[in-house]
Amino acid sequence: MSDVLGVLPYVVAAWILLIGCYGIATSRSFIHVVACLSVVQSSTYLLLLLIGWQTNGTAPVFADIEPGVPVVDPVVQALTLTDIVVGGAVTALLLALTVQLAKRQGSIDPEQIRSLEEELEE
Amino acid sequence: MSRRPASRVLSLVGGVGAFVLLLAAFVQLPDLGHVTHPYGTRAVQAALGRDTANVVSSVNFDQRAFDTMGEEFVLFAAAVSAILLLRRFHDEEEDAYELRVGHHDVWSAVNLAGFALLAPTIMVGFYVVAHGAVSPGGGFQGGALLATGLHLAYLAGDYRVLRRLRPVAVFDAAEAVGAAGFVLLGLSALLVGEPFLTNWLPTGSLGDLASAGTVELFNVAVGMEVASALILLLAKFLDQALVVRGGGGE
Repeated sequence: MSDVLGVLPYVVAAWILLIGCYGIATSRSFIHVVACLSVVQSSTYLLLLLIGWQTNGTAPVFADIEPGVPVVDPVVQALTLTDIVVGGAVTALLLALTVQLAKRQGSIDPEQIRSLEEELEE
Repeated sequence: MSRRPASRVLSLVGGVGAFVLLLAAFVQLPDLGHVTHPYGTRAVQAALGRDTANVVSSVNFDQRAFDTMGEEFVLFAAAVSAILLLRRFHDEEEDAYELRVGHHDVWSAVNLAGFALLAPTIMVGFYVVAHGAVSPGGGFQGGALLATGLHLAYLAGDYRVLRRLRPVAVFDAAEAVGAAGFVLLGLSALLVGEPFLTNWLPTGSLGDLASAGTVELFNVAVGMEVASALILLLAKFLDQALVVRGGGGE
C-alpha cells in the first residue's frame, strides 16, 4: 500500500491496542485494568470493521436498499458482534472477581495484592 | 511500592517494538475499501436467498448459528460464574438500611427523565428484538437495551422500585429458557429431517416482519437470554453495593 492515508485507520487500531496495554501495565486499580482491557478489545472491533469496509458501501441490511447495492462485509460485522458480547461477559466476570478481591484483601491495587502463598504463611 | 526504572524501559521498548511490528504488518494489507470479499458476497447471496434483510442476523443466526450457540453459552457461563462470585457469603449479612433511606442526592431532573424514558426504552428494546431479521439490531442488541432500560427505574425511583419491577426468580428462569430455547429451536430442524440448526421454516418475503424463517425465533431466544443475564448480573452488583455488608478477610 503506497497511500499513507490508507494505512492511517489501521494505525488508529494499533494505537488503541497499545494505549490500552499501557493503561493495564501502569494501572493502580483493577477496575481501571478492566476498563483498559475493554479499550484493548475495542481495537479489534475497529480492525474487523476496517477489514470489512467497502468504498461507497452501505450497511448490509436490505430492508430499504435494493439487492445489488454495494454493502460492507457482513461477516466481519457478525464477528464484531460476537467480540462485543464476549467482551461484555468477560468484563462482568472480571468485575465480579474485583468485588471479591476488594472484600477479601481490602485493596484493588495490583501492586498490593498478596499471593496465595503469602496468605497461607500468615 | 515504586516501579523499577528497568521495567519502565522494558515496557517502553516493548510498546514501541509492538507498534513498529504492527505498522509493518498493516502496510502489507490490501488497500482499504478496495478489497474483494468473497465470503461477504456469498453471505449476502445466502441471506437474500432466505429472505433475510439483515445480513448480519442471517450470518449470526442462520449461516453460523452453531457459533452463535457457543457464543450464547459463553455469555451464559460468564453470567452464572459472576452470579456465583457475587453471592452472599456466610460471613456477610444483608442490611437494607440504605434502601430505607433511599437516595436523595439525585437531581429531580434525573428522576423525571428516568420515568419519562422507562417505557419508551423498553418498547424500543422489544422492537429491536422483534425486527432483528429485517432492520439493524437483533437479540443481543435488543436484550441489552431491555436490561439497561429496566434499570432506569433505579435512576427514577430507588432500589425498592427496581426490586418490585424485576423479580429475580422470574429472570433466573427466563435466562435458562432463553438458552435452552436456542438449542431446542436448533433441534426442531431434526423433526423435519434437516440438520441441526437449519433454517427450515418458510422464509416469507424479504423485508416483512414475518420473514427469514427461524432467524427471528433465534433472535427472540437470544434476546430473552441476554436481557435476563444482564438483569441478574446488575442485580447482583447492585446487591453488593447496597445490601450486602460485612465479610472480608481482615
